[in-house]
Amino acid sequence: MELMKLFECLGSLSCLTTQITSALILGMVLFLVASGLSLIFGVLGVLNFAHGSLYMLGAYFTYTLLGAHGNFGVTVILASMGVGVFGVIFERLFIKRIYASPLLYQLLLCYAFILILDDLVKLVWGYEFKNIGVPNSFRRPPLHFFGSFMPSYYLFIIIVGGIVALTLWLVLSRSKFGKIIRATAHSSEMVGALGINVNLVYAGVFGLGSFLAGLGGVLAGPVRSIYPGMGASVIIESFIVVVIGGLGSIGGAFIGAILIGLMRSFGIIGFPLIEESFVFILMAVVLIFRPRGLFGKKEA
Amino acid sequence: MKRTLGVGAIVMGAMILLPFFYYSNFLINYITQILIMALFAVSLNLLVGYTGMISFGHAAYYGVGAYSVGILLQKYSTSLLGSLFIAVAFAAITAVIIGLFCIRLGEIYFAMLTMAFAQIVYTIVVKWTPMTGGDQGLIGGIPKPPISFLGLSFDIGTPLNFYFFTVILVIGSFIICKFIVDSPFGAILKTIRDNSLRTYFIGIPVKIYQLIIFVIAGTFAGLSGALMALFISGAYPDFTYWTKGAEPIFMILVGGMGSLLGPIIGAAIFNLLTAYITMYTHLYELIMGSVLVVFILSLKKGIVDHLLESRLWKRLSSSRLK
Repeated sequence: MELMKLFECLGSLSCLTTQITSALILGMVLFLVASGLSLIFGVLGVLNFAHGSLYMLGAYFTYTLLGAHGNFGVTVILASMGVGVFGVIFERLFIKRIYASPLLYQLLLCYAFILILDDLVKLVWGYEFKNIGVPNSFRRPPLHFFGSFMPSYYLFIIIVGGIVALTLWLVLSRSKFGKIIRATAHSSEMVGALGINVNLVYAGVFGLGSFLAGLGGVLAGPVRSIYPGMGASVIIESFIVVVIGGLGSIGGAFIGAILIGLMRSFGIIGFPLIEESFVFILMAVVLIFRPRGLFGKKEA
Repeated sequence: MKRTLGVGAIVMGAMILLPFFYYSNFLINYITQILIMALFAVSLNLLVGYTGMISFGHAAYYGVGAYSVGILLQKYSTSLLGSLFIAVAFAAITAVIIGLFCIRLGEIYFAMLTMAFAQIVYTIVVKWTPMTGGDQGLIGGIPKPPISFLGLSFDIGTPLNFYFFTVILVIGSFIICKFIVDSPFGAILKTIRDNSLRTYFIGIPVKIYQLIIFVIAGTFAGLSGALMALFISGAYPDFTYWTKGAEPIFMILVGGMGSLLGPIIGAAIFNLLTAYITMYTHLYELIMGSVLVVFILSLKKGIVDHLLESRLWKRLSSSRLK
């Protein structure tokens, strides 16, 4: 019966548009978090388990800033930059001490910070769920196209996600900064020998990755509920995204995130009971055929 | 081998005799709980400490064991030992399925994937409401029919009898684990941990060894979960959540991963800490997290590992040899 609904939906343009929109929103937020995770891993070699907590911080910063002055544009910039700065401090104080440590210690240090940040958030913002609601500037009639309605805020998320993806790709592949980052990922010693301050690159990349996770939280804040521990589900989905796309690959993270968005938004129509397992099945299939993900490199 | 059996028998005997000298319900329950958690930690340490495989999804087998034993006893009223056996077998089967996927991968992917697979188990537990009770968990108590064995009947319904039951099963498991790590098989595991590539080059099928120890670890985790479900007479979705899988990692790290004793001490510390922290403050995670940070950044090793390497211990053991 539900499978019939899926076919009906695939046959109707309006349903198709609605589902693709929701897939893109899910995908864009996931992409922001996962690309940061992937970038940090690619350059620093550290799997930042606490990345979901940075996403959570982004959402909480949005809650406070939007309450304080109400301008959403300023909030987006300040909140995500705030998470970026937090990331830089976090890297300089703690992460830099464990680059040479075994993987277990790296994972555990980040895990410890998931616990710590969850409780700090409870201390500052309290235990209860928070809702921001769509910002005032987006409170207008939804856009109408292909026979379906799309709230303007959704379009905003998709556009911002798209711009960030494009900028990230351009910066990494075309700019000098991108070249340095790629060189550091390849051989940090060599980069240091050429007179480039590697510590600065590390801090910068960690900051950039945190900024991306924070931006994900900022954008998702108004459409999801905010609570301590909200990072946990995001980090697991981001793991799946980078496993599908390949660790260290930004393009892979993009494709992986969109794929997961599509799986979920169409899965919920056709298979509402097992919709969440779908993502895992996709991951399992990818891993059987490509153990390092779709775009993963040899040594990961 | 003989020494392990001897030490195991002495410890088991002492723990069984303990309530006859000093009896308190609080202490009995407390030791029972620590033993069950210690089994969970020791089983994970077979992977993390001895083979170098970092699993963040160990809660999956713990949860499968707990739910299986609960559902079997509650809904199908099978015998107690039968249910326990089937539950552990289910945990083992789950470990085979998940293991087949995960061992193909390098250590980072392995850590992420084990966690993701544990999350599937969590999702199934939460969604399969008619069987598992969904969000609420398996409530309403788990019946514990008396065990009849060779015409004798043993009722594990009382705290004291359940304590005996746990001591026998858990210490028995510890002895088996000790055999495993001391055997040639265990030696190969340590070789894999130190350098899996070279191990492969000398002709050892590394992946098969990894799968076998993965399943063994999952089996013991299943037993631990099943015992916990019986102990608290219920099973909850928390049991399969990935944060549950991080608890034994905490115990291993704090206690030390270089020995069998380390995780056991870690489990005792973990239980003490949880009990005391929740007594005084809500900020349980903040304190646990800070303890972890201190261990990772400054102590680097667990307590038992430090003790074993200390000068005092070396002097003691060398004098014993003379």
